[in-house]
Amino acid sequence: MYTQGLTPETETPVRAIGDEAAMARFQARIDAEQRIEPNDAMPAAYRRTLLRQISQHAHSEIVGMLPEGNWITRAPSLRRKVALLAKVQDECGHGLYLYAAAETLDATREQLYDDLLAGKARYSSIFNYPTPTWADIGAIGWLVDGAAIMNQIPLCRCSYGPYARAMIRVCKEESFHQRQGFEIMMTLARGTDAQKRMAQDALNRWWWPCLMMFGPPDTQSQHSDTSTLWKIKRFSNDELRQKFVDATVPQAHHLGLSLPDPKLHFDEISGHWRYGDIDWEEFRQVLAGHGPCNQERMAARRKAHDDGAWVREAALAHAEKHKARAA
Amino acid sequence: MSTASISLSKEPLVRFILRRADDALVLGHRLSEWCGHAPLLEEEMALANIALDHLGQARALYTYAAEVEAAGLDEDAYAYRRDPVDYLNVLLVERPNGDFAHTIVRLWLYSAFMSLWWQAMTGSKDAQLSAIAARAVKEVAYHLRHAANWLVRLGDGTAQSHQRTQMALDQLWPYAGEMFTSQPDEEDLIATGIAIDPETLRQAWLTRIMNEAAQALLKMPTAPFSQQGGRSGNHSEAMGHLLAELQFMQRTYPGAQW
Ligand SMILES: [Fe+2]
Ligand SMILES: [Fe+2]
Repeated sequence: MYTQGLTPETETPVRAIGDEAAMARFQARIDAEQRIEPNDAMPAAYRRTLLRQISQHAHSEIVGMLPEGNWITRAPSLRRKVALLAKVQDECGHGLYLYAAAETLDATREQLYDDLLAGKARYSSIFNYPTPTWADIGAIGWLVDGAAIMNQIPLCRCSYGPYARAMIRVCKEESFHQRQGFEIMMTLARGTDAQKRMAQDALNRWWWPCLMMFGPPDTQSQHSDTSTLWKIKRFSNDELRQKFVDATVPQAHHLGLSLPDPKLHFDEISGHWRYGDIDWEEFRQVLAGHGPCNQERMAARRKAHDDGAWVREAALAHAEKHKARAA
Repeated sequence: MSTASISLSKEPLVRFILRRADDALVLGHRLSEWCGHAPLLEEEMALANIALDHLGQARALYTYAAEVEAAGLDEDAYAYRRDPVDYLNVLLVERPNGDFAHTIVRLWLYSAFMSLWWQAMTGSKDAQLSAIAARAVKEVAYHLRHAANWLVRLGDGTAQSHQRTQMALDQLWPYAGEMFTSQPDEEDLIATGIAIDPETLRQAWLTRIMNEAAQALLKMPTAPFSQQGGRSGNHSEAMGHLLAELQFMQRTYPGAQW
């Protein structure tokens, strides 16, 4: 998902942190579905796991502004232009709430953001794919925001209060984005031949990368166990992926579009849509920095940061002078 | 349905509305170019808000122009299907974003004027225009405050920020005068209280600009207001590139619905 969690788990086992009685008390609170708040005692590993997840999520929102931002100046109508700009602005807002949630875990936004720019922090693999056509804006809203919702609705019940509350706010906006994206696809799918072709092409390109958003298969997932125990994660990667496929395949059919998976079929017995093999090598390559847009995305964020350095310095210098004058 | 350009109405009220709608569209478009590239995340939010306000004003005005013209056009026909010479915005708003200082100075010069203009237009005898003005007046108050706050931060901040801001002011100044020009076909609209004469706002604008420039430790430029022409369709080179992006989809896929 936005936090595909492939950073190797280096934490020591839970029991090694704090004394046994404190750990038991912490786990009992989690088990009783009590929210953990910033000032509550928590195991160091819980704090680190959350900080990694929340900051990756925040970075994804910010980097995620770029592929869609690519179409703001070329949006095909004023209504679409306004909606797209507002959507990308929402994503920036999500980044801000999430950095604020991360800051409750003894981190600063500057330090987290520096880690991103230095290539030390991850963001979702999905934002390393390009948006060559307008239909990509529809496909991202429908599929990427759709996948984000699948993952984030359970996070509204995450044991950590600030993260759960941020997710409640974010989810409302994401479902609006998802409907808007679907509506763009619907307009294209009912449009001219050129528009239909554009819609199908976008679906062909986004389908598999969207399935990869949920992270590696459960058989390879490295640190779901503690996250599950601590009620940060409530469904496994494969469970969420299956939910997404089950929800999305009928929508694609409704649009009259086909999915780029010859093995896709409905399994009557389980009631699930079964999909073919995901190319996990592609996923690993994208996470390792070799996706189609990894370089451009990071270069764009670094350029904005570097070009803006004098502005931030000026704001700081003015605030200092202002304080000195007032004193 | 075609890619063909629409022709510009000769009706003075339509043209009057389009001039202001084009200002708002072009500045909104320019500000939206910052999205994803702003100097800090809070500024991503602010610049997007301000761009959205301008695009909203443009839509309200185009929609009203379509109603007045009654030629079966809509907001998108005006925004996307005119030839470059038929866009009537002032040259100031089509200036490229440049660095953040340029963007702020352009917004400040323009908003200082528009806050007076919209305020005056709330008294327009045209009920639609006065209703659009009543809403815009609140929006522009925020744009002006935002721009003026940054102007002071940048002008007073570091040696580098001061120098960049002074340079932006010097470079944009020659474009500011066009905002005070009115067109011959506006005379009757002004006489009947539908439009206002922008020349009447010049002194209040200048007082405000001089005052805020002083707070930002900036020197007032002495250059004349030499750059004009957008209001009569004589645009800069930058405008062609802006329109190439803006119109791309509508021109490439004639008649499609989006
Ligand atoms: Fe988001
Ligand atoms: Fe979203």
